[in-house]
Amino acid sequence: MAEPILRVREIHKSFDSTGVLRGVSLDIQEGEVIVIVGPSGCGKSTLLRCINGLETVDSGEIWLRGEKISGRTRDLYRVRQKIGMVFQSYDLFPHMKVMDNLLLGPTKALGRPRQEVEAEALRMLERVGLREKAYALPRTLSGGQKQRVALVRAMLMQPDILLLDEITAALDPEMVSEVLNVVIDLARGGMTMAIVTHEMRFAEAVADRVLFLEDGHVVEEGTPEVFFHHPQTERAQQFLRSFTYASKRDKGEEQPKNNAGD
Amino acid sequence: MDWSFMLAHVPDYLAGAWVTLRFGLYGILCSLAVGLLCCLARFFRVPVLRQIAGGYIELARNTPLLVQLFFLYAGLPRVGIRFSAETCAVIGLTFLGGAYMAEAFRSGLEAVDRAQIEAGACLGLTRTQNIRYVIFPQALATAVPALFANVIFLIKETSVFSVLAMMDLMNVADTLRTSGGRTVEVLCMLIAAYLLILLPVSVIATRVERRLRYAGFGDQHSV
Ligand SMILES: Nc1ncnc2c1ncn2[C@@H]1O[C@H](COP(=O)(O)OP(=O)(O)OP(=O)(O)O)[C@@H](O)[C@H]1O
Ligand SMILES: [Mg+2]
Repeated sequence: MAEPILRVREIHKSFDSTGVLRGVSLDIQEGEVIVIVGPSGCGKSTLLRCINGLETVDSGEIWLRGEKISGRTRDLYRVRQKIGMVFQSYDLFPHMKVMDNLLLGPTKALGRPRQEVEAEALRMLERVGLREKAYALPRTLSGGQKQRVALVRAMLMQPDILLLDEITAALDPEMVSEVLNVVIDLARGGMTMAIVTHEMRFAEAVADRVLFLEDGHVVEEGTPEVFFHHPQTERAQQFLRSFTYASKRDKGEEQPKNNAGD
Repeated sequence: MDWSFMLAHVPDYLAGAWVTLRFGLYGILCSLAVGLLCCLARFFRVPVLRQIAGGYIELARNTPLLVQLFFLYAGLPRVGIRFSAETCAVIGLTFLGGAYMAEAFRSGLEAVDRAQIEAGACLGLTRTQNIRYVIFPQALATAVPALFANVIFLIKETSVFSVLAMMDLMNVADTLRTSGGRTVEVLCMLIAAYLLILLPVSVIATRVERRLRYAGFGDQHSV
């Protein structure tokens, strides 16, 4: 197999002596999409934040394209230029128009010429259906629109890998698919991604590989077909059951007979 | 009311207003610069400078301007440092104002959402770029009401300049009152003069604050 784009080796991370990540390892190949799922608080966000240095690991190593990026303190910004990250809260800069949000990274961090980036930004906005919002202020956009802009903003940095942390968690249900379709489009275009999500059907559609994280460990890892339909571990089975509901008609005799207020 | 007396002394008040405004403005501009430097020293946790800034802010905010001016004008000459009254006025006002401006900037910086700072970092901006393009503009927008409140406060504080024998508004009025005795007229004109200076500042402050709100801040309230 080729050298992975991202290599995470045995990383540990604690907050106030509670171990959140307890020896996590993973490899991501070029063009691969991995989806990380697991119960709330299992350390998914912490894992992504360690990768781009928003949190420092206690031990273990992280490599990007053969270059060690963990344990740095000084030129962390150079590493982050190659790692895109989008959060659930979009975090567009409220004092800048959409276009200025998009241009900031490429022109200031990468020093690319403004006109060139602007043309590219317009093309990408077109692709996500937001060409006419290019010069609007973020506050005039819906949540779904903001999140699509945030994706474009990250992509314009031409990162080696894109980290997405529950990017639809704050959205109204009807806006979820407009955002996730953009992600699927990026995946088809060959973008390497690590995605944390609670949208299981999206996970199944977009993932090349699924990692199930619990208690700071990768408990199960496999293709979406296997993970979602034939999960190997008891804990993954339990986790996946929590996304389904028992029908009220399944076990009629267990329904309470006396309704309140009769 | 003796209207002819009042009319006759309008030029005196104009001269006084000029002194109040001019040295008030110098002091305010220097205060902004000192405040910004102190605030950045604390924000960047610059060793030594940060402690000096912290000590200075407490000292300046917890002593009266009058005492600070006495120290500059009457105290320092005893150890051989002598400034003109005007220089003392500007230094004194800056000493007091710098501390208040630093606190106003700090409240603005602290109000910037952590997620915004992280978003800037995720774009690969250096810390300086992040402060310049992402953090500071947002901090400034939050700090504007406090900064304007300080401007108004400092202009009012200039009335203490009269102890330096500077002919500011306060001293003009005081001189007229003790020589001519028309106390009511003299004080009415004094109040009117301060109002004419400060009301426009208040109006501008309100406009700027409203503009900044409409410019898209307070984003979190509109999903
Ligand atoms: N900065 C921090 N300080 C202290 N504890 C933290 C910090 N960040 C995260 N934690 C703790 O670490 C654990 C893992 O948090 P993390 O946000 O990584 O979970 P998660 O898997 O992303 O959960 P969710 O699905 O709810 O987003 C949680 O118990 C959380 O309280
Ligand atoms: Mg999380």
